[in-house]
Amino acid sequence: MNKQDNFRKQLKSFYGVLVVSFVMVLLIGVLGIAYMIDPSAFSFKGDAPNSEVISTKVDDEDWDKIENGIHLRTGFKDGEGLMTVVNNCTNCHSAELVIQNRMNEERWVETIRWMQKTQNLWDLGDNEGVIINYLVTNYPPITKGRREALTNIEWYPLKEE
Amino acid sequence: MKRRNFVKKISLGSLAGILGMEIVYGSKIPENYTLLGLQDPDPFQMFNKDMEMVVLNSQPWNMEAAAHLLDDRITPNKYMFIRNNGLVPENINIKEWAITFDGESVKAKKTFTLEELKSKFTHHTYQLTVECGGNGRSEFDPPAKGNQWTIGAVGCASWTGVRLKDVLKDVGIKDDAVYIGYHGVDQHLSRDPQKEPISRGVPMSKALQDETLLAFKMNGEDIPLVHGYPLRLVCGGWPASTSGKWVNRISIRNIVHDGEKMTGSSYKVPCHPVAPGDEVKDEDMCIIESMPVKSLITFPKSGAIIPKGNKLNIRGHAWAGELEVSKVSYSIDFGATWSNCTMEKPANRLAWQHFKASINFPKTGYYEVWARATDANGVSQPMLLPGWNPKGYLNNACHRIAVKVS
Repeated sequence: MNKQDNFRKQLKSFYGVLVVSFVMVLLIGVLGIAYMIDPSAFSFKGDAPNSEVISTKVDDEDWDKIENGIHLRTGFKDGEGLMTVVNNCTNCHSAELVIQNRMNEERWVETIRWMQKTQNLWDLGDNEGVIINYLVTNYPPITKGRREALTNIEWYPLKEE
Repeated sequence: MKRRNFVKKISLGSLAGILGMEIVYGSKIPENYTLLGLQDPDPFQMFNKDMEMVVLNSQPWNMEAAAHLLDDRITPNKYMFIRNNGLVPENINIKEWAITFDGESVKAKKTFTLEELKSKFTHHTYQLTVECGGNGRSEFDPPAKGNQWTIGAVGCASWTGVRLKDVLKDVGIKDDAVYIGYHGVDQHLSRDPQKEPISRGVPMSKALQDETLLAFKMNGEDIPLVHGYPLRLVCGGWPASTSGKWVNRISIRNIVHDGEKMTGSSYKVPCHPVAPGDEVKDEDMCIIESMPVKSLITFPKSGAIIPKGNKLNIRGHAWAGELEVSKVSYSIDFGATWSNCTMEKPANRLAWQHFKASINFPKTGYYEVWARATDANGVSQPMLLPGWNPKGYLNNACHRIAVKVS
């Protein structure tokens, strides 16, 4: 065995390593591109939950959280019938519109009829009584008279202009 | 596998639909991550409003100013109130925007593109007072239904557009025309495409006034989206609901327009005075036309403390619907005595007028400064709430600020 043969042998094995590496790099590249085009092709039947894009697991717990007697998501006061109100009265408009308003039973019925007649509100069935009871209990009309006193004044020293 | 792929595409697709664009790298969204674009929108940022503006309702968006925010002579966008009946439109295609004139009393249906409208007719700019009919509703007793506006649903911006009367002349109107009714592209809250959130209008006499504009600019710039981009009607001095936003059709009617919120009790008050809380039949309700005389003290902000011996310089604006304001007075003794303010003429008809006064206080203590405007017909603002009405419109009771002299 001369030195030349030995060198040739070494060269051959080096070449082999080079070819294998090149093929591997090429394969990784192709797989990578394929993954970018359709990542789901690489997932397996067992891992279905992982491929869901939106998971509401964390949200579910907080979604209807009540803190200090207030339903955080809507701002409604906690009380009997709360969720019936949330589910029926915040689909089209915000809860803020309800909370701002103070009406007695008769006028709430009137408002519900108006929404049913003109605003696509559905028949509330037995829930109507639950909703109205919640509203008149938690948001009763406040008597204001003909002019209220100025309240919530934030006092500040006025700088001369 | 296939079903999962479908689910994934649907959810991404619908997310993209909400955002109005493709979500690049959508497949890489981590679990439990809410896209910034889907988080609770910040209305102040979204509509370029000052943080001191007050949100009354987020669906539909309604926002009002406070008196001291309205100190500018021309109301900038950041202090302009927002009143919506429906959902703010998305994806407005400015290049294809057109407005159609139709109805029983149009000689022939006619459509103009926005560009045609802008190039064909002379442009006019007016400062116009636009006030929500329900401004001040929160004070009524028994309470009236709707957004509980305090005093900030008013503004007086500068509007640029073409005169509706010039366009109507070009379109050709029959002699039996009674009313115009606008139609916009905003969506009904129920998202029912068959329903319009609002479609109101004005009688021909108002439609044909010089100052009634089809406007495309507010304060010299494209109208902000929430205020009606790219085209809105502006009927100064009348309930703001007559100034239709995102307008793409105007119907010339041979009857009083019967669109959404023209009928029933909307934007109507009892034709004859009623006792607070009375039930009023729809047929006994009359459409609000010109808004009543009113004023606001915009400086100083309520709650000022001044040293004894100092004068207090107050200023503000007064307006009176179709009329000019002839006088503004102030009182520091709950209306027992009144002094006149200095007042300016309006920039043009239907623009609010500026007033000011310099006040001396006799001794230390708590005061309220009340302002009271009087219109050209001699009618003044009431000091208490005006006539109760079921929907709580037209509260023009005088504005008050609290002052301490120490």
